[in-house]
Amino acid sequence: MLAIYKKELRSYFTTPLGYIFCAVFLAISGFVLAVSTVQSQTTDISGYFGVMIFGYIIALPLLTMKSFSEERRLRTDQILMTSPVSVTSMVMAKFLASYTLFVAVTGISCIYLIPISHYGTLNAARTVGCLVAMLLIGMCFIAIGIFVSSLTESQVTAAIGTMAVLLLLACFSLFNGMIDSYVLRSIFTWLSVYGRYVNFTYGIFDIASTVYYLSLSAVFLFLSVRVHERRRWA
Amino acid sequence: MIEIKDLMKTYGSKPALEGIGFHINKGEIVGFLGPNGAGKSTTMNIMTGYLSATSGSAVIGGIDVFEYPDEAKKLIGFLPEQPPLYFDMKVGEYLNFVYELKKCKLPRKPHLEEIMKVTKIIDVKDRLIANLSKGYRQRIGIAQALIGNPPVIILDEPTVGLDPKQIIEIRNLIRNLKREHTVILSSHILSEVQAVCERIIIINEGRIIADELTENIRQATGDGCDYNVKICGPQREVLSALKSVSGVAYAGSVGEREGDVYSYLIKSERGVDIRKPLFYMLAEHQWPLMGLEAAGMELEDVFVKITENDTKKHGRRMA
Repeated sequence: MLAIYKKELRSYFTTPLGYIFCAVFLAISGFVLAVSTVQSQTTDISGYFGVMIFGYIIALPLLTMKSFSEERRLRTDQILMTSPVSVTSMVMAKFLASYTLFVAVTGISCIYLIPISHYGTLNAARTVGCLVAMLLIGMCFIAIGIFVSSLTESQVTAAIGTMAVLLLLACFSLFNGMIDSYVLRSIFTWLSVYGRYVNFTYGIFDIASTVYYLSLSAVFLFLSVRVHERRRWA
Repeated sequence: MIEIKDLMKTYGSKPALEGIGFHINKGEIVGFLGPNGAGKSTTMNIMTGYLSATSGSAVIGGIDVFEYPDEAKKLIGFLPEQPPLYFDMKVGEYLNFVYELKKCKLPRKPHLEEIMKVTKIIDVKDRLIANLSKGYRQRIGIAQALIGNPPVIILDEPTVGLDPKQIIEIRNLIRNLKREHTVILSSHILSEVQAVCERIIIINEGRIIADELTENIRQATGDGCDYNVKICGPQREVLSALKSVSGVAYAGSVGEREGDVYSYLIKSERGVDIRKPLFYMLAEHQWPLMGLEAAGMELEDVFVKITENDTKKHGRRMA
């Protein structure tokens, strides 16, 4: 497992992909931060993170698009699948490698908070809450990206497919204004990644949402494992 | 060492394997022979745990591949049809990665160096795989299969796409493996398998149609052998003399000539070696023999022969 993890992390930086991801991520987050705090003359950071969810929808598929699709295209999955490593640890290694890079870049983007806290006051609880929520949401998105990538041989298909799924998932609660049925509305709110995020912006550590994010990630990682198991039987 | 029983595999509703079974002893070097799509790669992929079988069993070194895949996989080195290489890695990095992936316990540096020496890739150790030729990539693929000294080595079409010099090198490499390993390789070229393997398993349409020692296959297909002969002498007289040699079933002129050297095609009778009587006859007439070449059996011919026998047997059984 460690071997695959190291190989994945390495490959982000021997190909342009890792650099492109970092650049896109930092560019989007820098721009969004400037617009949502400095130009709006506020130190409320939750708006920034709220918009960043949509930034993730663009940036995170870049991180996961090649994880399994490229292996399949180059037939290198054969060496992974015929080595004494279980499918679960193979999927976990790939997931953790992508997640590591995501956490690292998120960490770097926290530099933005230094000038804000220097010239104004940041609400610590809110900021930490939002950051935790972001790390959880990123986890879901990466798990979904890994899953979509294991379905196809093409990186482009994987990236666009992931974006579509993420957009749908994030936007569930945005449809609510158009829906009359209370039941449907509550189901959509319950399912929505974005809707679940709101409590964190008040500095409340929402355990239900945390469980939701963790289990959503687990479900998609499990599905990726199943995809590989199923392919052996096809 | 390897015990395969009744392997069946269907892709959707299309059957790929219809009951493959064989037994391979330790130290044997066995060739899978068959046309494209016969089921060679499928069988290999199942043995290595890449695919599952619909039914049947595969036991390697006493370990069931389906029940204890991780344990069984440790015993196998596998070169798939397309070498599984990461183009963004250097050769040395790649082998290090495989070393870690296979959880190899042998001392790393000397082991990897030895493998690179054996496969002759040591001088490209620091180059990117993306920039190397097909021959090198194939050899890196073989090197990868050797890491950890697995007792069983499975090579799927190891010489495909190589030039003649590289083919000879790879063949020698495989022959040398046999000392310590059990080797299975596949090919759709008869001469390829004959050159390396002691035993040949012929697969067609998902079934084994022959499982014989290489010599036996040569004999089974060698009776009624054809020769291309070049003889210096008057054409008509040579031809009538050829026909009178004992054991010659057919002799005909091919129509090629260089000066007064004419080419002929001779077919011998079943199980008769006509080369000696032919030589003495020519010596008697003082017609120099300029060339004698056995017209090699192609895979298609072998198939026709073996499948003919197969249907004969079946026919008899049915009657």
